[in-house]
Amino acid sequence: MRQIIECRDIRKTYDNSGVKTPVLKGVTFSIAEGEFVAIMGPSGSGKSTLMHIIGALDTPTGGEYYLDGKDISKLSDDDLADIRREKIGFVFQAFNLLPRATVLRNVTLPLIYEGVAKEKREEIAKQALRESAFPEGFWQHHSNQLSGGMMQRVAIARALVNNPALILADEPTGNLDSKTGEIVLHTFQSLNEEGKKTIVLITHEAYVAEHADRIIHILDGNIVRDERNKNKRMAKTENL
Amino acid sequence: MKTEDLFEETLLAITVNKVRTGLTMLGIVIGIASVIALTAIGQGAQGMIQSSIQSLGSNLLVIIPGASKTFGSTVSAGLGSAETLTPDDSNAIASLSGVEAVSPEASGRYQIIYNGSNTQTNVLGVVSAYPQVRDLQVAQGRFITDSDNNSSARVAVIGPTVLQDLFGSSIATATPDMAIGQTIRIKNVDFTVVGVTQSKGGSGFNNQDDMVFVPLTVAQHFLIGSSQYLSEIDVEAQSQQVMTQVQNEITNLLLQRHGISNPQNADFNIINQADIVAAASSVTGTFTTLLAAIAGISLLVGGIGIMNMMLTTVTERTREIGLRKAIGAKKKDITMQFLTEAVMLTFGGGIIGIVVGWIAATVVSSLTSITTIISLSSILLAFGVSAGIGILFGYYPAVRAAKLNPIEALRYE
Ligand SMILES: Nc1ncnc2c1ncn2[C@@H]1O[C@H](COP(=O)(O)OP(=O)(O)OP(=O)(O)O)[C@@H](O)[C@H]1O
Ligand SMILES: [Mg+2]
Repeated sequence: MRQIIECRDIRKTYDNSGVKTPVLKGVTFSIAEGEFVAIMGPSGSGKSTLMHIIGALDTPTGGEYYLDGKDISKLSDDDLADIRREKIGFVFQAFNLLPRATVLRNVTLPLIYEGVAKEKREEIAKQALRESAFPEGFWQHHSNQLSGGMMQRVAIARALVNNPALILADEPTGNLDSKTGEIVLHTFQSLNEEGKKTIVLITHEAYVAEHADRIIHILDGNIVRDERNKNKRMAKTENL
Repeated sequence: MKTEDLFEETLLAITVNKVRTGLTMLGIVIGIASVIALTAIGQGAQGMIQSSIQSLGSNLLVIIPGASKTFGSTVSAGLGSAETLTPDDSNAIASLSGVEAVSPEASGRYQIIYNGSNTQTNVLGVVSAYPQVRDLQVAQGRFITDSDNNSSARVAVIGPTVLQDLFGSSIATATPDMAIGQTIRIKNVDFTVVGVTQSKGGSGFNNQDDMVFVPLTVAQHFLIGSSQYLSEIDVEAQSQQVMTQVQNEITNLLLQRHGISNPQNADFNIINQADIVAAASSVTGTFTTLLAAIAGISLLVGGIGIMNMMLTTVTERTREIGLRKAIGAKKKDITMQFLTEAVMLTFGGGIIGIVVGWIAATVVSSLTSITTIISLSSILLAFGVSAGIGILFGYYPAVRAAKLNPIEALRYE
């Protein structure tokens, strides 16, 4: 199985004018194509810091990081932007949609930076919206007219349009109630099972993490446990 | 990122908050409109002044008697009142090379009477060269001829204002027919009106419309008295190019004729029409520049308004910028987006400003006697300046946006 993520002794120490804060203290793991992995740990354990490095938003201060076979731990900002555009789809806790733009426009946004023509963009975006089970009747709505669960599915569709090697979700259910959180988790599960997408989900909730196939436990900047999830929860679909 | 997408993104962004966009643009609109309107007025005034100077005649040199200075004193007589120029000077000037025509003149201000009507006006003793030198046309009848001068014929040519004053009334406009052949009295001497000049529309002291022309010899003998001095000699040079040369020649000639060795003590002044045009142009040019500078200040204020709004926008949209960077936008993409936004605002403001300025200039010229000139160059300048202001004042906010760290930006509340 091809490895999408390979982290070798990843370290991250923040240096704020001489004050050094070690946050990641040598993290080693790999994630293969098609896996659905949850990274779990308490608040302040370094989950988001790790996600920023995995997501090419930041570079580690030590160690090597191979994304889709390429060492990207020492690239420049603009080169990292290229990597993100080509290989990664992000889903954030706060959705981060453009509020006064339509659903369709929000989903096409990453393709604008890729220079894809408008008709082609919309075609891809519609496909992604269908994959993330977003109802067609709302495609032309402005994103701020939607419920939280729908917003997060728009964000998921947006993460899909560039056909990324990896979907990274940081607390995607953190702003949702349990019902709508369930829908979003179901969307991830079906993207993984039917769409064969590689998904990394970051959460501090055991309940959410249990929807993944594998759980990496992180505590105080170290991996304390990395195990197969034996009793995987299936998100309930009757809410859909 | 494709250019059309860049424009679409920008258009979407600036139409989100229409009121704010409108108010920000208003600063540029006012700035550009005032630049357009004020330079149009300035250039119009400049054109008017120049054409009125040109209407004095072409390639004109005016010689007037002036201060004759003596040792130890700088007592000088008022311009034109000294008695230093003679008809012999005039004849000598006529024989200089480069001189096309010479018009010696003697003037006085007298009461003129016709049949109970009377008017106080300038009477000018002239020779036949006067209309050519001073660019005057006869509307009806004829002008003063050489034979009038030789025979000291008591004939007069009157200007349209004099015609109306003497022959017209408050309810009727006088026609030249009513005057030609009639006898008018100037200082108790009878003159027969032989012609009426065309209106030149001038105003002020040297208004050719309010004048009576008589033969120079007649003016000297019957009106001014025994004096044989001239009040003015007008010289038409053969071309624009020789004017300075002719002016120098006349200066030397008159200095020599008047026995003056030091040019500082010259008892005459020569006014070069080109100098007047240049002086007037520099005055109106300064005036126009001043107007444009005032307008420029409002443009600057407008530009600062743009910068202010762009900085606010960048702060407000920090999360959006973070998101764009997270999904793959490079520094250049972000810079371009915000720069385009600023330029689109100023450019839009510029276009509206040009239209508003145009309307303002048209209103001004229809309400006043000032003709306004909206030159292509001022429109192009306005376009350039508004785009330039967008780039200048949009650059800093755009760079600030592009520099944002995506992680920080995404976390921003
Ligand atoms: N820029 C920074 N400078 C210094 N310290 C930082 C910086 N960013 C994060 N940290 C610290 O690193 C630690 C880990 O932060 P991180 O955001 O990765 O935690 P987390 O596991 O995502 O927590 P949460 O569940 O609350 O999101 C925290 O103690 C935090 O204070
Ligand atoms: Mg976090």
